[in-house]
Amino acid sequence: MIVTSDLTKTYSDKTVLKIQSLDIPKGQSFGLVGNNGAGKTTYFSLLLDLIKPTTGTIKNNNIQVDESEDWKPFTSAFIDESFLIGYLTPEEYFYFIGDLRGQNKADIDTLLSQFEDFFHGEILNQKKYLRDLSKGNQKKVGIVAALIGNPEVIILDEPFANLDPTTQIRLKAIIKDLAEKHGVTILISSHDLLHVTDVCERIVVLDKGEIIKDLTTGGATLKELEAHFTQ
Amino acid sequence: MKLKHFFNLEWKQYFRSSYWQKSIALNILLIFVALYFIAIFLFLGIALYPILKEQLPNQDPLNIVNGFLFYWVLVDILMRFFFQKLPVMTVKPLLTLPVKRSKIVHYVLGKSALSFFNFLPLFAIIPFGVTLMNNDYPISSVLIWMLSLLIITLIINFLNFIIESLSSQTELSFLPIIVFAGGLFALNYFNVVSFTSLISNGISSIYNNPILVIVPLIILIGLYMVNFKNLKKQLYLDSSLKSKAEEVKTSDLAWTRKFGNVAPFLQLDLRLIWRNKRPRSSVFILIIGLLYGLFFYPNPTYQDKPWFFAFIGIFVTGIFLINFGQFIPAWDSGYYKMLMSQNIKYKEYLKSKFTLMTASVVILFILSIPYVYFGWKILLAHFAAAIYNIGVNTHVILLGGSYNRKKINLNQRAAFNYQGTGAVQWLIGIPLLLIPLGLFGLLYAISSFEIACLVLAILGVIGIVFHQKLMKLITQKYLDSKYKMIDAFSQET
Repeated sequence: MIVTSDLTKTYSDKTVLKIQSLDIPKGQSFGLVGNNGAGKTTYFSLLLDLIKPTTGTIKNNNIQVDESEDWKPFTSAFIDESFLIGYLTPEEYFYFIGDLRGQNKADIDTLLSQFEDFFHGEILNQKKYLRDLSKGNQKKVGIVAALIGNPEVIILDEPFANLDPTTQIRLKAIIKDLAEKHGVTILISSHDLLHVTDVCERIVVLDKGEIIKDLTTGGATLKELEAHFTQ
Repeated sequence: MKLKHFFNLEWKQYFRSSYWQKSIALNILLIFVALYFIAIFLFLGIALYPILKEQLPNQDPLNIVNGFLFYWVLVDILMRFFFQKLPVMTVKPLLTLPVKRSKIVHYVLGKSALSFFNFLPLFAIIPFGVTLMNNDYPISSVLIWMLSLLIITLIINFLNFIIESLSSQTELSFLPIIVFAGGLFALNYFNVVSFTSLISNGISSIYNNPILVIVPLIILIGLYMVNFKNLKKQLYLDSSLKSKAEEVKTSDLAWTRKFGNVAPFLQLDLRLIWRNKRPRSSVFILIIGLLYGLFFYPNPTYQDKPWFFAFIGIFVTGIFLINFGQFIPAWDSGYYKMLMSQNIKYKEYLKSKFTLMTASVVILFILSIPYVYFGWKILLAHFAAAIYNIGVNTHVILLGGSYNRKKINLNQRAAFNYQGTGAVQWLIGIPLLLIPLGLFGLLYAISSFEIACLVLAILGVIGIVFHQKLMKLITQKYLDSKYKMIDAFSQET
């Protein structure tokens, strides 16, 4: 589904990302881990064509992302709070995203009704603007908004940060369900090794912009990751 | 010691912002404007005494100058409100550090005393004072006179600080200043309280009896204390969080559906304008813009200068266009990354802005029809100007937006954030207003008023005819600068 080849990103002379080749097949739940500055967000930004690659290409379903915009209809993302529109209520925000993704109000309402547990009664009908919600609740809105319009590729940057334990567990169930039952390709980055190993079939470790480990998740994966990051 | 750190922080904040680096040309222009004003004031200071002596040989030039001080004070207050940027400092990171709160406030207030606006009058006051001394006025009295004018300048400086903080809290951002300046002027004009003679007599008494200089000094200290208290109160985080429980008024804006694909963006823009302080103020400016013609049309001096009508017309019908348009697409800078990763058509996004601006021009033109009371020519000029606004200025301002690299933080309501309009924003309006004015004036001079109106309208019609083509061009411009905009908008200014 996502094919990365010879990708580099350089700021003045500092190379922040250098990926020879990385293939993510359709329906895979893919985890990206690495310390700060490893290049996780850079990679996601390149994937969303928010920054321009210095060399190389990313193809999303055979569409080169910096040449055509045709990948946008089936790709969605939540990177940080700057993806939210502070002066809208959560409902208005969902409807707006729905409009952009060709979903009508009823579609959105059906989708939202599946996430009542996840929202925990703190999001809908609160008569509050997004800017007045807590960081954790904002994140919930952003994540659910990224599920609107049946995307085939979902990109979530640090989805577990700022969430309370209950919501973290519910989010894990949602992500697993999407990948296993609906064949959605999910890309996640996280600093929480336990969560990533729980959710992702495959985990790639980035360090200073380069891939240094590419693991298929199994019983020993968590130990291996912990050993790696203890060094 | 601490001061050094503050200076250091600000220096870096200013020169490391992406905005500075990309607008050196604009900064150079500002420097020229400043030099121009310095030259004018210098000329005034040197030439005022001889001119007054020659024109009114029976009166004391010093007394005449004192008589005009009230108007100087009024104009100074108004000019400062619109052009003086209050010193802003990012205080939040400092609050938990071992820096005394009072020190931060003293620093911010002290910095405002070093504003260009406080030095400008000196260029007139000092040469005028020296001329007085040369003409055998007592040196010590003249020095006291100069000192009291300096104190008055500083009083205005801190008064402006209070007015601006008041107006930043209200919805009608221009109301306090208009009420204040208008009230003073009216009281004076109708002789309820004659500020002219009050100030003039006050200054004269200080001149004759130097000890009285203590009175303005006390006023200055009083104002400083008021400012100090106000700002210190705002230095707590919760004061900016207090207004949190904003009641949401929702409306589904279903009528916008008529606009088809543009509808989602139109809804977004309408909510943007209505729910955020900064853009909302551009709606209230409409009222002032609409009344702008009243400053000129009732005045007989302008009645025989029809070349001026088109300028007023552009301004009256285009006030929203200029005010809202100059910050496209910065209004959406907070979530620009999201928009760029969504399945949106840039064309529709821009089309929504265009629709909004066009609608505002049409509405404002209709509202300005009563100006016909002052003559049919005015209506004609306004009509031509409205068409020009729709056909040309909307496209120009959208095109200008693709060079926009300055983030607007809609959510911001921290202390010290007065998001005022600085001189830079006003400069952008020049090409929009002056080009049609020049063109109209030229055509009026070489042919007739009707021809000038016709040409202005035809230019507008051409713009409307080529709308699709122009939008394509503009859209391409936005696409070309996509990465640069994303980068600039993700930086805090």
